[in-house]
Amino acid sequence: MRKETKETYSYIIGLVLALAATVLAYALVTRHVFSGEALVVAVVGLAVFQFVAQAVFFLGLGNRNRSGTWNLVVFIFMISVIVIIVGGSLWIMSNLNYLMAPSQVNGYINNQMNMF
Amino acid sequence: MKDDKTVFGFWIFLMSDAIIFGALFATYAILHGNTFGGPGGKVLFDMPFAFAETIILLASTFTVGLAVMAVNSAKVKKALAWFAVTFVLGATFVTLEIGEFSRFIASGNGPQRSGFLSSYFALVGMHGLHVTLGLLWMVFIMIQVSRRGINKFNLSNLNSLGLFWHFLDIIWIFIFTIVYLMGAIGI
Repeated sequence: MRKETKETYSYIIGLVLALAATVLAYALVTRHVFSGEALVVAVVGLAVFQFVAQAVFFLGLGNRNRSGTWNLVVFIFMISVIVIIVGGSLWIMSNLNYLMAPSQVNGYINNQMNMF
Repeated sequence: MKDDKTVFGFWIFLMSDAIIFGALFATYAILHGNTFGGPGGKVLFDMPFAFAETIILLASTFTVGLAVMAVNSAKVKKALAWFAVTFVLGATFVTLEIGEFSRFIASGNGPQRSGFLSSYFALVGMHGLHVTLGLLWMVFIMIQVSRRGINKFNLSNLNSLGLFWHFLDIIWIFIFTIVYLMGAIGI
């Protein structure tokens, strides 16, 4: 197969997968097929699926040449930094919310006021 | 484009740009419940509208792929045609987004309304700014290609623009899911 035809196929596969994931996620949410935790898991799963599909078929991630390997290395590093930033922020802020629940917040403010 | 150092350098820029978006997503995730008595996402977001934006941007990431493919097989006219289609789709997307922002601001729900809206405008606005800069870049490069054709000087530039555009649609997947879909679910 010619290189260009192969690339065109790759783009069409990517488009079909991305389109399917988007339409399905949108339909699940707006038609209220199911709700609660199952819905959240399904929608996030579809987003991750579409993320991988676009990274592979549009960005060409996982191409087996020298630059492809290095692209993947930087990509994995980026993912780990994001996991640390986002996960760490959510963790620390939920802890803060818990430790500074209203009664404690008031107590804290009173303490500060008494200092002056 | 195998082993092009310029495109690889641009790839590293994109990956660090993704970290900025990661920080903005973290901010949104933390602040999205803090509506300060104002409207939340469930009331505010127009889902068919957000869905239309998503489909338009997805179509544009497909057409930019076809444009870059034409570039790499040195088909100038085909490349320019696909870039033009991408430009129209991208401009439509930005117009829709500006319309959405001005509707929110006109109803008193600007970024200063609540923590939720501040983080919303920061995250979605940052993405919109990227798309706008991408459109400007596309205009300049289309002028250059139509006057001088594809040469070794603009080849890596064209490939970088393609990567940039694909990257922006990948960011949008998460904006659509985390901001709009989760907003509509009410989480």
